[in-house]
Amino acid sequence: MIEAIFFYLFSAILVLSALMVITARNPVHAVLFLILAFFNAAALFVMLGAEFIGMTLVIVYVGAVAVLFLFVVMMLDINFAALRKGMMKHLPVGGAVGLVLLGELLWIYKGWTPSMFAGQGARAPMPAGVDNTHALGQILYTQYLFPFETAGLILLVAMIGAITLTLRKRGDVRRQSVSDQVARDPKDVVKVVKAACGAGVEL
Amino acid sequence: MDKWLQIPAVAALLKQYPFAAAYVAPVALIVIKILALVVPLLVIMAYLTYAERKVLGAIQLRQGPMMVGPYGLLQAFADGIKLFSKETIIPSGADKTLFLIAPMITFALSLVAWAVIPVGQGLVLANINVGMLYLFAISSLGVYGIIVAGWASNSRYAFLGGLRSAAQMISYEVSMGFVIVAVTLATGSLNMTEIVTAHRPGWVTALLFPMFVIYVISALAETNRAPFDLPEGESELVGGYNVEYSAMTFALFFLGEYLNMILLSGTATILFLGGWLPPFGISALAFVPGVLWFALKVCFVLFIFLWARGTLPRYRYDQLMRLGWKVFLPFTLVWVVVVAGALLYNHALPGM
Repeated sequence: MIEAIFFYLFSAILVLSALMVITARNPVHAVLFLILAFFNAAALFVMLGAEFIGMTLVIVYVGAVAVLFLFVVMMLDINFAALRKGMMKHLPVGGAVGLVLLGELLWIYKGWTPSMFAGQGARAPMPAGVDNTHALGQILYTQYLFPFETAGLILLVAMIGAITLTLRKRGDVRRQSVSDQVARDPKDVVKVVKAACGAGVEL
Repeated sequence: MDKWLQIPAVAALLKQYPFAAAYVAPVALIVIKILALVVPLLVIMAYLTYAERKVLGAIQLRQGPMMVGPYGLLQAFADGIKLFSKETIIPSGADKTLFLIAPMITFALSLVAWAVIPVGQGLVLANINVGMLYLFAISSLGVYGIIVAGWASNSRYAFLGGLRSAAQMISYEVSMGFVIVAVTLATGSLNMTEIVTAHRPGWVTALLFPMFVIYVISALAETNRAPFDLPEGESELVGGYNVEYSAMTFALFFLGEYLNMILLSGTATILFLGGWLPPFGISALAFVPGVLWFALKVCFVLFIFLWARGTLPRYRYDQLMRLGWKVFLPFTLVWVVVVAGALLYNHALPGM
């Protein structure tokens, strides 16, 4: 019973905050509701016994991705009143596209029957005496080693691509070279001069 | 069933009230356990502020607080009463809800992380399998309190402080993650208790020592402490993300920062210094209770925090970013491979 109460609590907050993401007037509030949604999804994962995925969701999405979202959204200077002005003008076209997509989804749903093997995949039994993290590691690095490494390589390519797209050589930058600074000998750059009383020094 | 509920007198009493036995007693027990952890923690935090002022005083050849109580021992409580009795001012242009939520987030996050920290053998609120990941997740959330405070204040100084803090915390979290990976490789578990009790030969400890140094420096950056306290750089940002905060809302940020310091010191103790076990594995010292060893080791790491503040000048912002991305990240990345290779070569990988 307690599990059910918590499940409905987390799910209700998840759905409500997901709704708030698309309806909130302020984009910063929208991102914060998105974070709340991630959080409740993580809580649901933990309730399912998938604690590793739950924690990873919080670390990766809430701790890193959403921070960057927030970072960008906070710095944007958008006039939302002006954006909303075109709302009524674009509603017929946008609404028509939405209706077509909804119709297609319903059409697919009508003709959809679940595979008879679908139930078997869902209850992959957890080996006794092995915790969540070990079980995931064992399956990722044995059975799914090739797809896993491929996914990593694709991410690496994407990262290198993003860096090469934004990297540019600029001639007018004076960079700090820490090793040069440390290697500097005080004898070459500091001159100690004894000044006579009442007389200046010549450098 | 918890062992405390199986004490004959309690068990007999609970038998008469099934509802209490099923729901009230376990909840009450959890609340008592939480209080037993949180109340000492808050007292320690109060005395950490006192210790900081005393250590800084000693470094600067002053006496530090001396007036309130003997040797100024009641100074922390006097400060608390002062903050409590002041007026909470909310700027008219601020986003009121977020402005008030931000300090609560900071404070609450620095407390909930303590749920998985074992202060002694079996003395832990939640002995979960992914304790280290939970801790990492909670500490990566700490940035929200600060960035939300900076934005909700609707002030340029506060906003700049919040942005700086966000960039800084993300940068240092990356290398912190690799430090945790290296320790997990050596201990074979993400459970905090098992990390402490796992057999660790001397050469593994020596191999992990550079990671300890990087962890402590990253912890300084994570908690926005000197020499990385740019988010609140008084000289250019007036006071950073908490300029607009006063009274209790300010106090919550202040307390959250100190609680985070204790938390990261506790984590460093568990990851590298052997938690509640006697130092250097000397079994003759085992008569001292484990909690005391844990507290002493935490105090040692905390002293490094205070020492760094008293000794080092503030970093420039580009130097801070350079250290995080160009020094720590490549080093930890290589060192994880070195640790893994050494463990594999010596057949010391746990679980193999």
